[in-house]
Amino acid sequence: MKHTGTFTACKVVTIEKLNAATSRIVFDRDVDAQPGQFLMAWLPSLGEKPFSLFTRSPLSIVVVDVGPFSHALQTLRIGDSVWIKGSLGNGFTPEGENVLMVGGGYGAAPLYSLAKACREQLMHVIVCLGAGTSSSVLLRDEFDRLDCQVAVATEDGSAGTKGLVTNVVEDVLRREHIDTIYACGPTGMLTALAKISHKHKINYQFSWEAHMRCGMGLCGSCEVSPDADPSLPAGWLACFDGPVFRKHWNAVY
Amino acid sequence: MPLEPTLACQLNNIHLRNPLVLASGAMGVSPTLLMRVARSGAGAVTAKSCGPQPREGHPNPVMAEWAHGLINAIGLSNPGVDEEVAQLIEAQTQLTTIDVPLFASIFAGSAQEFGEVAAVISAAHPALIEVNISCPNVHDDFGLPFAADAKSAAEVVRSVKNAVGTIPVAVKLAPNVPDIGRIAQAVVAEGADVITAINTMPGMLIDADAQQAVLSNRSGGISGPALKPIALRCVAEIARSVDVPIIGTGGVITGRDAVEMLMAGASAVGVGSAFWYRGAEAFALILDEMKEFMIDHNIRDIGQLIGKAL
Repeated sequence: MKHTGTFTACKVVTIEKLNAATSRIVFDRDVDAQPGQFLMAWLPSLGEKPFSLFTRSPLSIVVVDVGPFSHALQTLRIGDSVWIKGSLGNGFTPEGENVLMVGGGYGAAPLYSLAKACREQLMHVIVCLGAGTSSSVLLRDEFDRLDCQVAVATEDGSAGTKGLVTNVVEDVLRREHIDTIYACGPTGMLTALAKISHKHKINYQFSWEAHMRCGMGLCGSCEVSPDADPSLPAGWLACFDGPVFRKHWNAVY
Repeated sequence: MPLEPTLACQLNNIHLRNPLVLASGAMGVSPTLLMRVARSGAGAVTAKSCGPQPREGHPNPVMAEWAHGLINAIGLSNPGVDEEVAQLIEAQTQLTTIDVPLFASIFAGSAQEFGEVAAVISAAHPALIEVNISCPNVHDDFGLPFAADAKSAAEVVRSVKNAVGTIPVAVKLAPNVPDIGRIAQAVVAEGADVITAINTMPGMLIDADAQQAVLSNRSGGISGPALKPIALRCVAEIARSVDVPIIGTGGVITGRDAVEMLMAGASAVGVGSAFWYRGAEAFALILDEMKEFMIDHNIRDIGQLIGKAL
């Protein structure tokens, strides 16, 4: 997981549609990284944005078409270059025997490599995927193929349980003993999950989003306030300390 | 067991528990971040520069690394002095509880405006106001940095000194001038109490494959290891030219770097890019290495190092 702030030109090997708005872009190299670390992708003349790592070998990212930059990434051709700075930040580590992963929208992406690593260690993995509607549910088949136990919640009820994914999480916690909750998704979802984890005193590792500028811990733009999760220390930077924050109830300090 | 060496020192009338100062620009202005850096060991913390109006800064990419250092053009993003003074008042309240002095940093587009911004920021009662006349990334808005010309630099200092009463004023100088000693003399003649040297060195990275400059602003400021020899030379020149204390800043990543900066004539040492190279515990690591050096060389007081290599 060596950090690097130097841009390297990476060639697109494949671009594969995952759903209507989402693609996976595979590059022609591997990176030394943990699941949940991120990188900065630069397209000359267009700009630079942070992406969480989808897989490290080969390097791939998941891109949702939300604006001009992500649209340009999705319309690249095979052999085109993207300039990658990273890996950066601190990611997830597999911990426990029975773990729960919660992906809100495209927050499912960084959990895939983690689920794979956990399954390789023969851990039991429950995955809860939340989305607005069925066409936005991401990576369901991929998690199935890893033999994860997958549950889906959509706000409009078009797939899985109708409502918020946090309700599904509460159901799982009533049935199962969970060693670690992993999550990535919108801040509101993570705040709700932090409350749930606190209530049940379950260890957790959440990947937080914030407005990143330098991505290297120097500009101070991506501070996440303890308002989002009272366990976050004051002055916590998503790019430098995170994006993954770990809470251990039995940690010895 | 050798006696623990003394790192406490004096910068103008400011007592510092150790000579390491968070350099302006690194870690922003939020009270929580400044507190975090203070708790991690800094002797004093400098907020990111603020100007008369809020500025978003440049679009990404704003920072990159290469083999010998970092380059950045964040573009003086700041909330504007009216908002920043509120944040600094809050930061000051918190920092006072752990006795770590707060330094403010300001920039502006004219000597008069420098005075106006300085007057507003004074309300936070910073221990020092650093006048940033040398940011390399805002040429488009402000033309040549004030630090490039002794007369303009002096005018800025006069305006700021008139606006801030008894608060000591530091002037942050640029390395890319023909005679930095002369600029230092000009600002000290107008009452500058401290010199901070140096700001980043203007530079440019081009990616051969992209056939383009890497930073959106094209050029940026070089920091990190590449800056250190440039900073050491500038600090030594200034130390030979004026009698005010110097905050030596540029490429300090290790305790030995900090010691060398003191030997060049600095009384305190700015630290910024080290967060990238050493991680969140950069200040603690550098302090430990300084102590180790002092023990190894039988140096009891940090003051013994100042100007040693002049």
